[in-house]
Amino acid sequence: MSLLKPGHRGCAGCCDALAGKFVLDALGEDCIVVSPTGCLEVFTTPYPESAWGVPWIHSLFENAAAVASGVEAALKAMGKMNNTKIIAIGGDGATMDIGLQAISGAFERGHDFTYICVDNEAYMNTGIQRSSGTPMYASTTTSPAGKVSFGNPLNKKNMPAIIAAHGSPYIATASVAYAPDMIRKVKKAAQIKGPTYVHVHAPCCTGWKFEGSKTIEVGRLAVETALWPLYEMENSEVTGVRKIKNRKPVEEYLKAQGRFKHLFTMEGGAEGIKKIQATADWNVKHFGLE
Amino acid sequence: MRNRMVVVEGSYAVAHAVKVCKPNVISAYPITPQTHIVEDLAQFAADGEMNCEYMNVESEFSAISALIGASAAGARTYSSTTSQGLALMHEALFNASGMRLPIVMTVVNRALSAPINIWNDQQDSISQRDTGWIQLYAEDVQESADMTPQLYKIAEDEDILLPAMACMDGFILSHVYEPVILLEQSLTDEFLPDYSPEFVLDPKNPMSFGAFADPSTYTEFRYKQEKAMGVALKRIEEVALEFSEKYGRYYGGLLDGYMLDDAEIVIMAMGSVIGTIKDTIDMLQKEGESVGLLKVRSFRPFPADEIRKALKNAKVVITLDKNISIGKNEGALCTEVKACMYNRDVRVPVIGFMLGHGGRDIPVSTIVKMINKAKLVEKGIFIESEFADLREDLA
Repeated sequence: MSLLKPGHRGCAGCCDALAGKFVLDALGEDCIVVSPTGCLEVFTTPYPESAWGVPWIHSLFENAAAVASGVEAALKAMGKMNNTKIIAIGGDGATMDIGLQAISGAFERGHDFTYICVDNEAYMNTGIQRSSGTPMYASTTTSPAGKVSFGNPLNKKNMPAIIAAHGSPYIATASVAYAPDMIRKVKKAAQIKGPTYVHVHAPCCTGWKFEGSKTIEVGRLAVETALWPLYEMENSEVTGVRKIKNRKPVEEYLKAQGRFKHLFTMEGGAEGIKKIQATADWNVKHFGLE
Repeated sequence: MRNRMVVVEGSYAVAHAVKVCKPNVISAYPITPQTHIVEDLAQFAADGEMNCEYMNVESEFSAISALIGASAAGARTYSSTTSQGLALMHEALFNASGMRLPIVMTVVNRALSAPINIWNDQQDSISQRDTGWIQLYAEDVQESADMTPQLYKIAEDEDILLPAMACMDGFILSHVYEPVILLEQSLTDEFLPDYSPEFVLDPKNPMSFGAFADPSTYTEFRYKQEKAMGVALKRIEEVALEFSEKYGRYYGGLLDGYMLDDAEIVIMAMGSVIGTIKDTIDMLQKEGESVGLLKVRSFRPFPADEIRKALKNAKVVITLDKNISIGKNEGALCTEVKACMYNRDVRVPVIGFMLGHGGRDIPVSTIVKMINKAKLVEKGIFIESEFADLREDLA
């Protein structure tokens, strides 16, 4: 049985539950997991129940990296580190917005831990509000499409690049839609000494508005259209990419989700789609995806 | 005893006390006037005198957050901060207490901005009174240092498990050089048992910390924190006596009296102003005045029963507050002393004075002025609460 036990309260088709399960599949029992506030935390630990088969701590929204660094310091100080892996698993808001400072501090200090961002591109736990992980033109409850708006007007923050600037020995992007790839990367990140980072693309059926049975399908479309490039970085250099055969146009990804629906119905939406296609094209060129 | 004394800075005495308590993890961010404590600890670590992880973090918020993780992993933990730094920790203070992590932290009391001011008052720790931390206030440098092992012993008690603040007045105590006895390692090893908590983050015995509680379970978490504070009321007294037996020094447990028996006017205060009040009382006693002191050492837990007992013969009570609840025109000690008497037989008029904000000096003359104002109660003139040291030219 998975170390993330069944019976939790995640939505059917939940990307966070998949991510949590894959992370624990990669790590096994000898780990300590730190979660910031978010869906994963809430649906796995309604007191007195817990889905976690490994030691787990949730403190606050913005401090998971600091808490993880304290766990690491404690184990080191007490001579109990052995092979225990210390992992923080946070959402895009907890990672790229409110928790960014604590992450920067922990990476700069060089703690031996792995931070995993499970990026479902909005504040899903509070009801689909925009975060700095929200892609351009996605409609969220705080960046809604409207008569004079195409949704979120800003580009997604490039979080792996920020981590790379800290000199992390290992950074990878992954997707819940490519489980063996994600598990391999999490395993590798955990085994490498020092602060490592895995940024996982995680399609949220509730927030992105697609059927719960389509999580993997939508996740694959993000990769196949080159909107979510899968790559690895070692010591801030890109060392590996997942090549795309028969790249698909971004429309296929966008039209599978309700959050981009307005781009296909509003006048001027085609321009938006073009802009998104340009982002995909840039990814192809920049990472050499073809 | 006297020959063991050395003249050191207050911050050094505290840092040394922390060292002999053997914390596993120290995490702190520099802020005036706390800096000397963490610098001294960093030097101890650099000289190999401490077997601990010393973390230079990027903010006070991460300082306390790192200790939450470290404490949950079973480490004895320490931090120190003040003022803005403590305010920045606010959210995590509730969290540390709610998760029952016995972190010990020295708060070097300082005023809050705006206007920015680096000098002493107690607004910072008073503003954190509802976060579920034990708060003791020290009168002098020796007490500030001695409080450290006492607080570890209290906080780590398995029937308490609450974090604790040792509050010492900024500059007045942190930067003063005075003769102290540095805590002996051997005595501290005997006094303070190793920390071996029952519940820790351990892959061999996985547990979940910080689960979310819905309305059907949340209340009981708060109730149990309150109950633990009740246990702390007893333990603070006991541990002060245990400390006295071991080291030969005693500052009171929850409270301490000075010339209190039969005193008609009782002054209540916390922190370094106690020394000035004692001097004032000595002076006035010679003049035949009936003035005594009730030092409040423990503000959380608040020793309501003990205060009522101590005040039962008083004719009038004066409270000194280096803080203000703006909009209430009162300091916290004043409010709480009044509140603890209302439903009981003790009916003593309480006159609140707010003073010493932002480091304004509290000389004997100010204390005498307050005492004289308090005497007006006999003539039917009653002051509810007021600033004691306003500059008329600026007010």
